[in-house]
Amino acid sequence: MARNKIFGSFAEAVADIPDGATIAFGGFAGPGTPYNLTKAILEQGAKRLTCIANTTGGAHQPRMPDIGMLVENGQVAKVICAFTAATRPTDQLPFTPYYERGEVEAELVPQGTLAERLRAAGAGIPAFYTPTAVGTELAEGRETRVINGREYLLEYALPCDVAFIRAWRADAAGNLQYRLAQRNFCPLMATAAKLVVVEVEEDILPAGALDPDHIHTPGIFVQRLVKIPPAPEGLWTVRRQERAR
Amino acid sequence: MSATGTKGWDRQQMADRLANEFQDGWIVNLGVGIPTLCSNTDIGDRDIIYHAENGVIGYGPVLPAGQEDLHLVNAGGQNVSLHPGAAIVHHADSFGIIRGGRIDVTVMGAYEVSAGGDFANWKLAGQLGGGIGGAMDLAACAQRVFIILEHTTRKGESRLLPHCTLPVTARGVVTLVATNLGLFAPNGGGFTVRELAPGVSFEEAQAKTAAPLTTG
Repeated sequence: MARNKIFGSFAEAVADIPDGATIAFGGFAGPGTPYNLTKAILEQGAKRLTCIANTTGGAHQPRMPDIGMLVENGQVAKVICAFTAATRPTDQLPFTPYYERGEVEAELVPQGTLAERLRAAGAGIPAFYTPTAVGTELAEGRETRVINGREYLLEYALPCDVAFIRAWRADAAGNLQYRLAQRNFCPLMATAAKLVVVEVEEDILPAGALDPDHIHTPGIFVQRLVKIPPAPEGLWTVRRQERAR
Repeated sequence: MSATGTKGWDRQQMADRLANEFQDGWIVNLGVGIPTLCSNTDIGDRDIIYHAENGVIGYGPVLPAGQEDLHLVNAGGQNVSLHPGAAIVHHADSFGIIRGGRIDVTVMGAYEVSAGGDFANWKLAGQLGGGIGGAMDLAACAQRVFIILEHTTRKGESRLLPHCTLPVTARGVVTLVATNLGLFAPNGGGFTVRELAPGVSFEEAQAKTAAPLTTG
């Protein structure tokens, strides 16, 4: 009996995500970002979430649903990401004041370490050594080891309960293809999470319609697919302005 | 600034000066901000491949509004083009390329650079948390780290220092620094002046630098 992975709505696809879940959000500067699933969990209202992503959402406009909005909505206990502040000191992330007031916890992780911690979680590797962040404040008090004359920092795998990702194409078996820079963290998060929910841009194809040689995320990692409806009901990537003013 | 005959380099000229150091065949990673200007530099017939941390290998110039592909961005979120021969990988492979030592040079902005080749670019004084992005991975693992920054703060304080006062991004990795005053190389005790921008004297550069400058 084939499993049905196709869900009719985002609300249905996130309905059973419990309070306290650890959720990874794909995306990097737009492409691959699961705006529709983020909006759905905002409306669903799960609380005490741990959110894993590259950023909590930028200072750019127009603002799309992001982790910063979940923080504003009182749904987040902790974020794990590569930025808790904007790259330009003159910009402010919507998230930052909540963090500074102590209303949400944050674990700041170098981007490559974040990616590798997710990859490790999906690949059954509990921890690894990396040269990144050695000699910095992030390494203070933590375990390091000299291997072949170079110092490395111990980092642990980062498993997730749920991953929200966006893909270009999918088939009914859950096989995914990303287009261009959409790929970013999405395939890694798909392997690291127990429940993978995907918002899909193109019509979901019958199983067998995608070439097995050109699958980026195999369907064995994917449990739920939702086709993004046309705007305005569905949220599509929009051209963004460089910074909020 | 120099374009109008006054002294010093503007931001594009600082970027041009570092881009002129890129050698044929290099794989180059440009950080957000002024370093992205390096991709505007005319590199002649040198074959340079630009790598973006989000897994875009072989990107080209930023496309004008209306021509961009919203699925394609560089590390700064700009909608770029692709050169023939480009390839896409996921984030773990992109940082595997970085940690694996395949990046010949990374060019980054910074708040401070030290005589020992340390630099700071992720956290301001008194700030909780910060913005690391891919900077620590690139700084620790690229073959070379070049820095572009204004020589002094808005208050006129030197950003080239004996030791960094802010939390560092990596230690002992910077080999070349372009500022509005010239091109400098950390040498342990201070900075070696590789070149001064037009109209800038050694005395002026030294007066604006909180570490000893030497020539040649």
